[in-house]
Amino acid sequence: MNSAVEQQIRILGHKDFKSDYKPVWCAGCGDFGVLNALTKAMAALELEPENVAMIAGIGCSSRIPAYTTVYGFHGVHGRALPLAAGLAVSRPELTVIATGGDGDGFSIGGNHFLHACRRNVNMTYLVMDNSVYGMTKGQASPTTERDWTGSRLSPQGTHQPPLQPLELALAARAPFIARAFSNSPNELARIMTEAIEFDGFAFVQILSPCITFRPEQLGWKKRVHEGFEATNDRAAAFAALAEDDGFTTGVLYRAPRPHFQPDQREPVDIETIEKRFEVRS
Amino acid sequence: MNKTSDTTKDLSLALVGSGGAGVMTAGQTLLDAAAASGYYGLMTRATGPQIRGGEAAAILRLSGEPVECQDDRLDLLVALDWNKAERFADELILDAESLVIADPGQGEVPAWVGESGARLVEVPFDALTKEVRGARANTIAVGLVGQLIGLKGTDVEATVGRILENKGAKLIEAALAGLKLGRTAVDDLPQRQGLAGQPDQAEPRWLITGNDAAGLGAVRGGVRFCAAYPITPSTEIQEWLAAHLPELGGKLIQAEDELASINMCLGASFGGTPAMTATSGPGFSLMVEALGLATQAEIPVVVVDVMRGGPSTGIPTRSEQSDLDIAVHGAHGDAPRLVLAPNSIGDCVTTTQWAVHLAEALQCPAVVLSDQRLGQARAAIDPPPQCDWQANRKLATDELEDYRRFADTDDGVSPMALPGTAGGEYTATGLSHMESARPSASGMDHQRQLDKRRRKLEQFHFGDDWADIDGDGELVVLTWGSTTLPAREAVARMRSRGHAIRLISIRLLSPLNTEVLTEALASCRQLLIVEQSHGGQFHRYLRSRIELPDDTHLLARPGPLNIGPGDIVTAIENLDLEKVA
Ligand SMILES: Cc1ncc(C[n+]2csc(CCOP(=O)(O)OP(=O)(O)O)c2C)c(N)n1
Ligand code: SF4
Repeated sequence: MNSAVEQQIRILGHKDFKSDYKPVWCAGCGDFGVLNALTKAMAALELEPENVAMIAGIGCSSRIPAYTTVYGFHGVHGRALPLAAGLAVSRPELTVIATGGDGDGFSIGGNHFLHACRRNVNMTYLVMDNSVYGMTKGQASPTTERDWTGSRLSPQGTHQPPLQPLELALAARAPFIARAFSNSPNELARIMTEAIEFDGFAFVQILSPCITFRPEQLGWKKRVHEGFEATNDRAAAFAALAEDDGFTTGVLYRAPRPHFQPDQREPVDIETIEKRFEVRS
Repeated sequence: MNKTSDTTKDLSLALVGSGGAGVMTAGQTLLDAAAASGYYGLMTRATGPQIRGGEAAAILRLSGEPVECQDDRLDLLVALDWNKAERFADELILDAESLVIADPGQGEVPAWVGESGARLVEVPFDALTKEVRGARANTIAVGLVGQLIGLKGTDVEATVGRILENKGAKLIEAALAGLKLGRTAVDDLPQRQGLAGQPDQAEPRWLITGNDAAGLGAVRGGVRFCAAYPITPSTEIQEWLAAHLPELGGKLIQAEDELASINMCLGASFGGTPAMTATSGPGFSLMVEALGLATQAEIPVVVVDVMRGGPSTGIPTRSEQSDLDIAVHGAHGDAPRLVLAPNSIGDCVTTTQWAVHLAEALQCPAVVLSDQRLGQARAAIDPPPQCDWQANRKLATDELEDYRRFADTDDGVSPMALPGTAGGEYTATGLSHMESARPSASGMDHQRQLDKRRRKLEQFHFGDDWADIDGDGELVVLTWGSTTLPAREAVARMRSRGHAIRLISIRLLSPLNTEVLTEALASCRQLLIVEQSHGGQFHRYLRSRIELPDDTHLLARPGPLNIGPGDIVTAIENLDLEKVA
């Protein structure tokens, strides 16, 4: 920072992180709460909008980048994590936040999720989990309960147990794992802040009701309860998950390790590299 | 090879043996030693499907003049053993003028060799290894062939020393003794076939593979990020970049799959870092959705597709030009993109560099169609020319009041704001959008951005490099990519017989320069299209874009057998052309 303009400290409130786009979301969608908490967290962290990038896939929840004033990339379905990894690795000075839904992240993008956990690129991953595909009008997702018959695509239920994203993240060695609820704004903003500040891959499952296709999720308000206490002991974290009813909130696991860095070498100029092709006699 | 003299300026030879016999190392040693002695040369590999072991053939052509294509026949075949060598019968063509050197203790001479009329000489390589502790049959063969074709013994020894550099003094000593055994064994041979003359090397020549060349072209153009998932025959590009990007301050990630690798590249490029990935057909198929995103969101990216036999897993280790369709048309929606093809090993540098420059200038994806024939061949060539094609993206850096990422500019290219630039914040999107990047389903916005994206490709001045056009004549041979190599040689042969032929090799396949191509074909009376695909993809593509002459012929053949110069000569002869003396 050298110019006078740059030295001026901008004090931005959370509203400064909200764009003037009107979200496509249904009134009452849990994702509004996520947007509010996120803009609060960014303001609290005094981030500069130009140095933040929100990367998303496809889904109702994945629309979130354009509703903020930071840089955004609304890519294709399921690929937010690799997009974000490419950006975060090549521009390590940026704050990179990947977001999306449970379908985007655990179904079509499930493989990337596993590898993002173990790769540990320095970025945050916020998943708005509503146990349904909202955007395509209400099909079962990987986190949908087995006996949910609300979809015409699986009218007799899914016949499969739901995935447990936190278990998956822990098994795949994510170093920061948390759960929050979109309707608990203060706790959500606090956990987001912690996740963004974390040096490494920080995953937050955010229970975010879809009031249109899962109206019964309005009842989540009564079911969520704080309970996780951050540990760096995997066994303890697995034990906590064994007791978990799916509605425990808080930071489950926090075990920092050096974040992913691609190979680095002594700098060499291109001419030197080209010389290596020369025929030697 | 000219049998009446002792020397020839051009020599084709192959070494065969089972896996572990070390024919590839032997072949590379001979190529490198010949290069050190001042010759041009080329080595291609043919292997069985086994990962390790299994029959293998190293095919070389050495010459006093530039060569990048194998001849139709062999002057010399050296067999360390005959294990399953018959699977190379279609490829290793022998005749009465060929010399075959084989170990009599290592299996029966296969029928195709026996029936060729080639002269057979026995050298007991394996028995010779007993004479020196630690000597190997392949090294003895190198010593023998080197001597036979007239390579300087010191060049061969120095090359072997370099290849074994880290293997310890004992091994090198044994290898040098093996070379000597081989050299002495030549004295018992009835026939000598030496390479003529040693051309001057004004500038030191290069030893390079097409895949390494593509990697070099990428970094020359400014690529500083690569994400990749291994796939034959493109992996060497990824490995080359893994070794060299970090030296240039660049970064490489091994991705979990090609969906990830292409998207990682898009993420890096969104952040302003020129990015590339390399893959082959199956991986390219997985990247198609993301390439559409790159078109819609106007993110530069380069994908080198080193083509192999397809569809599906196809023939992973052999060449084909059958990804043209997917490269040009593989996208949903109207998604024009750049498609380029190198037409020599050295051109893998230049065309990849150009692709980086174009993708960055036009903010769109560029596909480079190399193939196994170019990518995995190693050649001694003149250094590829230096050119100043650089990544030079039009950026939005100031006056960002009311910034519109997809502003409808005259040339269709809109200044791009990179993260970190205050005032430029926007959300890149695969949704149809307005100039501001705000998603829109309006027909007007959709049309406007489609028009803009088409216009930027149509209005760009690509210059003369869109094709290599060589010579004049009413007969035109039209090809692209690696089949240009045999086409050049076939045309040269026909010209030396007095025929006037024009050769056109298209480097920029999309957008196709239809106007200039039509002009170049204006005086064409007979057209021969040459391509290595079963479906005639190139021919169909051309037909869809321009009016072809009535008298158009097609030589289209799938892999795995590469189209050779002789195939093209025969095709030309069959056109009934009149000799224009
Ligand atoms: C390749 C591809 N397949 C399918 C779709 C259709 N699609 C759009 S969003 C979506 C599911 C989104 O669900 P989720 O990620 O849970 O987000 P939500 O809408 O619930 O927030 C699907 C299947 C698509 N856009 N792309
Ligand atoms: S469909 Fe569900 S997830 Fe989508 S906006 Fe409406 S409430 Fe939210």
